[in-house]
Amino acid sequence: MNNLRDVLQHGRLVVVCGSGGVGKTTMSASLGAFAAHAYQRRVLVLTVDPARRLADALGLDSFGNAVVDVDPQLLMHNGVAPAGSMYAAMIDTKASWDELIARCAPNAEVCEKVLTNKLYKNLTERFVHSHDYIAMERLYEAQQSSNYDLVIVDTPPSRNALDVLDAPKRMKEFFASRLLRLLTSQAQSRLFSLAAKPFFIVADRILGARFLSDITEFFTLFRTMEEGFVARANEVEAVLRQQDTSFMVVTTLEPAPLRESNFLIDELRNRSFHLSSVIANRVTPFELLRVVEGSLGSLQQSIQDPRFVHAVVGATESLEPSAEQVARVVNAIAQGSELAVSQGKVDLDRLHHLGQHCSEAGAQLYVCAVAETDLKSASDLVAIGDSVKPA
Amino acid sequence: MLFITGKGGVGKTTFASALAQLSAASGKRTLVVEMDDKGALAHALRIESLQFAEREIAPNLFAMAMNTEDSLREYIRLFVKNPLVSTFGPLAKILDFVANAAPGVKEILAVGKLCWEVRERNYDIVIVDAEATGHIVAQVDAPAILSNLVQVGVIRDQTRWMQEILHDQSATGVVVVTTPEEIPVLETIQLLDTLQSKTKVSVSAVVANRVHPDVVAGGDLAVFSQLADSVESGRIASEPASVLRAPLRLLGIAIQRRKREIGLLEQLATSAKERGVLFMPILEIDEQEAGITSVMSSVLKDELT
Repeated sequence: MNNLRDVLQHGRLVVVCGSGGVGKTTMSASLGAFAAHAYQRRVLVLTVDPARRLADALGLDSFGNAVVDVDPQLLMHNGVAPAGSMYAAMIDTKASWDELIARCAPNAEVCEKVLTNKLYKNLTERFVHSHDYIAMERLYEAQQSSNYDLVIVDTPPSRNALDVLDAPKRMKEFFASRLLRLLTSQAQSRLFSLAAKPFFIVADRILGARFLSDITEFFTLFRTMEEGFVARANEVEAVLRQQDTSFMVVTTLEPAPLRESNFLIDELRNRSFHLSSVIANRVTPFELLRVVEGSLGSLQQSIQDPRFVHAVVGATESLEPSAEQVARVVNAIAQGSELAVSQGKVDLDRLHHLGQHCSEAGAQLYVCAVAETDLKSASDLVAIGDSVKPA
Repeated sequence: MLFITGKGGVGKTTFASALAQLSAASGKRTLVVEMDDKGALAHALRIESLQFAEREIAPNLFAMAMNTEDSLREYIRLFVKNPLVSTFGPLAKILDFVANAAPGVKEILAVGKLCWEVRERNYDIVIVDAEATGHIVAQVDAPAILSNLVQVGVIRDQTRWMQEILHDQSATGVVVVTTPEEIPVLETIQLLDTLQSKTKVSVSAVVANRVHPDVVAGGDLAVFSQLADSVESGRIASEPASVLRAPLRLLGIAIQRRKREIGLLEQLATSAKERGVLFMPILEIDEQEAGITSVMSSVLKDELT
């Protein structure tokens, strides 16, 4: 399943990676909307941080932790509503953690104690990349649900996008760590092991005994949930490696996102995840650039021609532009075109390199042209999804 | 002390190093600090690598990379004076644990080191290539957060003098860098609001980086649009139209983007209030290339004077 359309038609889970600001969320939603149309699929798009414009386009007042249906009327494309359906949800870390604790806690008392622990909120926000872990957790849940045929997950903007994939492993390591045992054994036996002693001496001096016992209480409670957490972490890892799971990298052709994407392509491959496709987003349409390049010469000539300038004045006469104004606009068009053409050449070169890297990694490279207008409605998403084509 | 923050990828490291170069060149004894271990600052400064021990990389310009283990070591040496420490061997494991277990400890070790440099007046200015927008509050406000959680202990006492430095707007400020794109701008606006409502740390500046130039500006924009309309609707003779059609469409994309940008910058300016927004133009140079920092530094100099 290396073809993007195959993935959208037959895949069960697509994990979308890429650096921040490349349009990952919009791309995820677009591919989802397209799959609902073209392949009658029931698609859930899970996102971390939707842009306001995207939420508006999907007709959602507020994205929340709960899954919402996207109104099929909003997804009309060429006058047709999708045969499939689209759902969207945002991953709210705090709410997801609460749900997770409620599920993993051995009894109501432990659950209550954890949720009301004053360190809980702080800790869930910080330790073992809790955002990443929660994203994986939600992904698993959605993938298991029979309500959806396809789940598209927009990964969180991690500093290192791969943290998200390591999160289940880290969670297992965390529970297995000697240090967690040291700390929680203190509460169980009140006897310090020899190994733990220096740590507690320093910790006591620095943090104060009271604080330390708060922490200890929390982790002692937390340990009772170990079984649930570790089992789940194993399941999540298995799902990520399933046949019908594939990864996708979204990038733009700017240097920084490209560097990040090249890194991601290699790392996904090192970890033996199945990278199906790479999408170069917001690409200036190359056909248009070619046409402009072809007309650069005549454009330069024309702007010297009084008849041309006269025609421009005629076309804009309702504004009564001054001669200088017309000259400025005409010059801006000529110079801007030249600049865009030379930038286009740079982009084409970058695309070529990216394509080489993709084929080495066994992935397909796709392009999605830059939008010429703002995203206004969800039906635009279908068109964007449809416009993604092989490079 | 200036904390340079911003969403990942907006160019805060380049900005921090450009600012540091400018500051050192103007004769200020400057320390620039990388807070994460990505090595991006070393790259921006065109040097091999950075360590916890600061070194002078150019006249008046000192650089270091924060390392919480080294910071803990220094802290224990300075404050705890625990003779047992030397028998610990690597502190990394213990630190790892404390940092995972105790919220704010890692942050306070890092911020504590910075505040220490300020308190000791070792430099005229400390420029911090800080955490991204999502974590900056936890960083600059670590002493305040921790002092709420910890009732007693050495750390609690330490948080006091740190807060005095961090909350003094003549001593400490946050500089938020953004690009004129939707999500970075919205995050910046949110951050400005959070810093103001939830912390006592003040904002020194808001920087919009990689701002595109106008393709056509002001009243010329209307002329451009009218011309584009005429070409599209065939209200202009076919010969100029055929030459103009594709260029107008191509530039239309850039104009559209610029329009969106201006809208976002207006929102940003409203939120920045009297501080205003410092605009840094997009530089047609790869940020990994040699010289971007000096180019930005000279642009910055022009913008600031």
